[in-house]
Amino acid sequence: MAKKNLQRLDLIFKNEQDGEQILTKTFKRSNQDIVNDLIISGLKGRGGAGYPTGLKWKLASEAEGDFKYVICNADEGEPGTFKDREILSQVPVKVLIGMAVCAKVIGAHEGYIYLRGEYKFLVEPLTEIIDDFHVLLNKIGFDFRVKIFLGSGAYICGEESALFESMEGHRGEPRNKPPFPTQAGYRKMPTVINNVETLAHTYSIFKYGPDKFKDLGVQDSRGSKVFSVSGDTPIPGIYELEFGMSLQKFVEDFGDGDAKAVQVGGASGFCVPRKKFENTKIGYQGKLTGVSLPTGGSMMIFNSSRSMYNVLHNYLEFFVEESCGQCTPCRVGTQQLLLGIEAVKKGEKSSEYLEKLLGLAENMRVTAKCGLGQSVANSFSSIVENFKEEMIY
Amino acid sequence: MSKINLTIDHIQVSVDKGATILEAAKKLNIKIPTLCYHEDLCVAGNCRVCVVEQMGSDRLVPSCATPASEGMEILTNSLKVRNARKSVIELLVSEHRAECTRCYKNGVCELQHLSSEYLIGEDGLIDLVALKNYTIDYFSPSIIKDDSKCIRCQRCVRSCDQLQNIGALSVAYKGEKMKIASFFEKPMYEVVCTNCGQCVNRCPTGALIERNYIDEVWSAINNPQKHLVVQTAPAVRIALGEALGMESGNIVTGRMVAALRRLGFDSVLDTDFTADLTIIEEGNELLQRLKGALVDKDPEVKLPMTTSCSPGWIKYIEHMYPQLLPNVSTAKSPQQMFGALVKTYYANKIKVDPEDIVSVSIMPCTAKKYEANRPEMHSSGYKDVDLVLTTRELARMIEQAGIDFKALENEEFDSFMGVSSGAAVIFGATGGVMEAALRTAYEIVTGREVPFDGLNITPVRGMDEVKEAAIKIENPLPEWSFLDGVELKTCVAHGLANAKKVMDSVVNGKAQYHFIEIMACPGGCLGGGGQPIPTNMEIRKRRTEAIYREDEGMPIRKSHENPEVVKLYEEFLKKPLGHKSHELLHTTYTPRNRY
Amino acid sequence: MSEITNLVKSLADKHGRYQESLLPILQGVVEQHKYLSEEAMVEIARELDISAARVFGTASFYSFLNTRPMGKYIIRVCKTITCMMHGKNQIIQELEKSLKIKLGETTLDGKFTLLETNCLGQCHKGPAMLINDEPYTELNPEKVREIIQSIKLNDTSKTSNPDLN
Repeated sequence: MAKKNLQRLDLIFKNEQDGEQILTKTFKRSNQDIVNDLIISGLKGRGGAGYPTGLKWKLASEAEGDFKYVICNADEGEPGTFKDREILSQVPVKVLIGMAVCAKVIGAHEGYIYLRGEYKFLVEPLTEIIDDFHVLLNKIGFDFRVKIFLGSGAYICGEESALFESMEGHRGEPRNKPPFPTQAGYRKMPTVINNVETLAHTYSIFKYGPDKFKDLGVQDSRGSKVFSVSGDTPIPGIYELEFGMSLQKFVEDFGDGDAKAVQVGGASGFCVPRKKFENTKIGYQGKLTGVSLPTGGSMMIFNSSRSMYNVLHNYLEFFVEESCGQCTPCRVGTQQLLLGIEAVKKGEKSSEYLEKLLGLAENMRVTAKCGLGQSVANSFSSIVENFKEEMIY
Repeated sequence: MSKINLTIDHIQVSVDKGATILEAAKKLNIKIPTLCYHEDLCVAGNCRVCVVEQMGSDRLVPSCATPASEGMEILTNSLKVRNARKSVIELLVSEHRAECTRCYKNGVCELQHLSSEYLIGEDGLIDLVALKNYTIDYFSPSIIKDDSKCIRCQRCVRSCDQLQNIGALSVAYKGEKMKIASFFEKPMYEVVCTNCGQCVNRCPTGALIERNYIDEVWSAINNPQKHLVVQTAPAVRIALGEALGMESGNIVTGRMVAALRRLGFDSVLDTDFTADLTIIEEGNELLQRLKGALVDKDPEVKLPMTTSCSPGWIKYIEHMYPQLLPNVSTAKSPQQMFGALVKTYYANKIKVDPEDIVSVSIMPCTAKKYEANRPEMHSSGYKDVDLVLTTRELARMIEQAGIDFKALENEEFDSFMGVSSGAAVIFGATGGVMEAALRTAYEIVTGREVPFDGLNITPVRGMDEVKEAAIKIENPLPEWSFLDGVELKTCVAHGLANAKKVMDSVVNGKAQYHFIEIMACPGGCLGGGGQPIPTNMEIRKRRTEAIYREDEGMPIRKSHENPEVVKLYEEFLKKPLGHKSHELLHTTYTPRNRY
Repeated sequence: MSEITNLVKSLADKHGRYQESLLPILQGVVEQHKYLSEEAMVEIARELDISAARVFGTASFYSFLNTRPMGKYIIRVCKTITCMMHGKNQIIQELEKSLKIKLGETTLDGKFTLLETNCLGQCHKGPAMLINDEPYTELNPEKVREIIQSIKLNDTSKTSNPDLN
């Protein structure tokens, strides 16, 4: 099918051969200048939580610790997200350069790519590229080594503190916060953990300067974003787009002409019904955006043939299995939500029970230990509230 | 130390840096409900019952896991907090088999209390228990594990891990399948579980309970054919009161004896008697080993020798250091020495057929139930100890019998096998066996009392994780001349996590001890798994003080001066480590798997 | 010494005897044997000086660290939303038919185990599945038949997992 006239950007996936040059150039600059550039650029974490990258690096550089670590979060497990796999396949050097510069800024000598087990096929090609990169680092005289740590099938390990636990040889259970990773992360040492895409963006900022990045996007959502588009679309795939696009424009470009809802941010994100497409912009502000865990940029389109009950049921099954199980709201709450909508559908519970479940979801949001349990309410409430009749009949 | 100022429920409070919101609230006497939190254990922050509202934050924060920060404004009882907390409790109840009226923990279940406090009603959530295929693990003679009542607070896992460093229990699977499991979900009986019961002592619900023998004891008491003999361990008398409405730190020996008579026991005797006997046998074994090693240079003689009174420790070393079993004293524990004597010597003395004796023991310990069931514990030709009750079970029986415990008059143990020394009393505290053994062994060797003020060997007392003490032997009696100038090096550890540290240092040759005391439970038997709930550092300290008070108040302070023990040797055993002793008072051990 | 003891020892030599090495060692055993036997877990516990229950508890947390015997080819079909929308169920049906087993089972010759899994990150090319580490995407029943046929043709070995009975 011929691609529609999309306003695609070509920053991240642009094949550039100047890694060594960019690295050498950036290494000559002061740590403060590098951090300032990141802050000016407005780059925020592309994993979904949207924490300002420059600030994260700054905090870790100021934190005290015998060792410090840079970790690239490649545990891309959010349903509907596959951009990190594509970035690591196509432009891994940009990610490695981002890690190396971060290591210089914070004072780290070890870096890890936590790669989800489902992407094990990437280990071999990545290892070759990392070996070459080490040669380059030796050449410029920077003591930094990157290793791959392979996951083994656990969505929750994308949560940064669960990821540290996993690397330390434990069950991937999120920790209490504070302390935050920049104070006590991997091995309880100051750690910068960035999403794959975030690190790849830093390369563009080092190369083109912060202003070019900042000129893209809107208000608090600067730069470009890589979107993973799937569902009822004739053109599923990876697209780098500018922030600030309305959902209406998005479905016009990507939909099959019959879109009734778009799930923004994966199973832990929000479901937006057709009537709200016009007023919903894609960006960090305004809530209905990439506020998701662990990986932002998932866009799933559902057309009118789809049952939103089935969609929600599938999400809840996912959470019921992938919750780490340690905290009550998430472990038990997810099961109750799943069984609850089944009971209402079968008529075993009255439709008022949905109100109780909405209340439960809200309580999960405010009491759960980590982002997983907190964000189950996002999809649950947005689907139940917008498609109540589909839940009952 | 710098102070942090915050307000809780609009009241100003100032705490040390690093203190949690929960600790700050405690300072104001504001009670925040908790479930997964336990003073003895690291903070988990899992159950989310203790959430509070932090002004300016949309999400609630767990008060147990959140450090107080300057200027913080906390609400512990806002509507948002109450709703959220109620929701969490409702969720926990939905995954819990809430058959409260038929539950062993009815009335003492923390979830039940919370559920009552928050008025959890009928119109709740879907019952998840009905959908899961739970089975109850009741194969162990000590501990029953019922996953259908488990609320996944992980107190048991943390107890097993941090206090004991065993890890017999772990969290397994994830999501809806997440559960507390042993290795490959095998029965507790088959795994590295030492039956210490620290998990049982900390389980907030009925998911982990002791296997109780209350009904068996009642029916034995009511059988006119049977002669009921009961023995009570040193640590029971300083804790029993807690389970019957008294403050911790009360010594209730006399009331306990009175209550046991009222319950219908025919002979009310004292395990302390065989604690003294243990000291004689074990002390002589130590001296014999020292001679074997130092004089005869016998490679078969192993040092350091470790104590053997704690059945949790025995099972632990059988699993984890089977190669060190020759280092363990072959002396049985006081409970089992007592059992062996009751159905031989004592039966003969009171002219009762041992067949008709039911030997019951009251122990601060769940592992004692296992110990009594070990196949080798039949030296009398019968099961030496028939039924073992914990302190908690005895308290329950006293309540069942309608006895007003606090109003009881003190009574004395029966004689024979009811007299004991202060040395036996301190068996209940960490370091007690060591102190008792040194009081006796030193005197055997030198003819003089141990050179410590008032016989109080303070270096081995207290809650330090690992304690060391050395006594130099000078001018011994002629037959012990080989010990002249020898510095007897001893070590005391309590809690199996600390035991592991000591044994690792023995294995790798870093430590050169002669004698090691190990008690499986933190604080020793006074912190045993069968003791009243709650047990925590504060309470262990008060029980310890009570034990040493009891010791100080005893007319006899040394085991070898216990007149009944002296008589027992004259009449029956003849000499320590003699033929009869070996038959009745010593035992063997079994190497086991490491899982 | 048994083969598994040797394997665990060599993995512990390679990764170091620390708690941190637990996942790589577990992965190493699974790579060789497709699953973690009781014996393997006890050996790992011994080498790392941690409790066996903890090894089991950690392994059972991760979907790819099987604690029961598996076939030589572990098929994991993605069941998450977009793969479901694009016909995951037909793929499962086809696999069940071709392999003559039900979901969750292993073929009698010990070659194939059929499982479902959560999102594989191939949402734009669903339905998708992994066979061992290899992703297969844009599946349809016919394609599935061909994939299984070609594996069967290329693998003429006898029963590959003696633990399966």
